[in-house]
Amino acid sequence: MDQELHYEYNVEGGDFSRAGYASSQIKKILKRLNIDAGVIKRTVVACYEAEVNIVAHAYSGAVYFDIESNRLKIVFRDEGPGIEDIEMAMTEGFSTASEEVREMGFGAGMGLSNMKKNADQLNIESEVGRGTRVEIIINT
Amino acid sequence: MKVSEIVKALDLKVFSGSRGLEAEVSGGYVSDLLSDVMGNAEASQVWVTLQTHKNVMAVASLKDLAAVILVSGHRPDENTAAQSEEEGIPILGTGLSAFQVSGKLYELIGKK
Ligand SMILES: Nc1ncnc2c1ncn2[C@@H]1O[C@H](COP(=O)(O)OP(=O)(O)OP(=O)(O)O)[C@@H](O)[C@H]1O
Ligand SMILES: [Mg+2]
Repeated sequence: MDQELHYEYNVEGGDFSRAGYASSQIKKILKRLNIDAGVIKRTVVACYEAEVNIVAHAYSGAVYFDIESNRLKIVFRDEGPGIEDIEMAMTEGFSTASEEVREMGFGAGMGLSNMKKNADQLNIESEVGRGTRVEIIINT
Repeated sequence: MKVSEIVKALDLKVFSGSRGLEAEVSGGYVSDLLSDVMGNAEASQVWVTLQTHKNVMAVASLKDLAAVILVSGHRPDENTAAQSEEEGIPILGTGLSAFQVSGKLYELIGKK
């Protein structure tokens, strides 16, 4: 890309009817820019999981999407309970999702491993009682 | 094989998204866990599930799936059907269980 672009989206905790909105906007932008299809696929999976985690586990948050010269940087920042043990949270199958959320088919404990598999870099910082910052880097 | 041919062969109900009936199907994926579908389904597959809420369409659209088949007589929620219309990704229905409909689907398209 010769031009650098920046976009932001809000994400509301608990609002499942809008879950995936930011990810679908990001997908549309990448398609319009004719980004490689494989890159779009990986970005969409990683973004959706990070977005849904704000909806399912936090109170409110925002997505910061940057298109840089040779990579995409997507940061998901939320105010929420935070993650006590990030390593444990990364384990496939680990989930603290409520019964209600599980009935919808979330809470398999696969989201973070999907992010890990699809991102070129995944950086998670979290403070218990305050919130979480998830940074996804995809090389283009 | 096209979505419309699967509808015909399995006698499926078309709830919504009929604009997408001519899309090509590459295979199928069966799961009620959204992250499983997100991580493991592939573009142009049909997704067999009993989940009926709107997030099903978010996943189907983000993954470029060809159609969703709701099993055991389940019907899409109103806003799920509305999004299916918008995206042109059909939601189909059957009274058969996931096991039964998957068996038939596999006979039709599984070997490809
Ligand atoms: N933004 C977040 N805020 C607080 N906790 C989080 C956040 N993201 C993840 N977690 C914690 O990490 C766990 C694992 O997350 P992961 O996305 O892998 O699975 P899940 O969201 O529980 O289920 P799935 O993603 O399969 O629907 C969550 O259950 C939750 O405890
Ligand atoms: Mg998750």
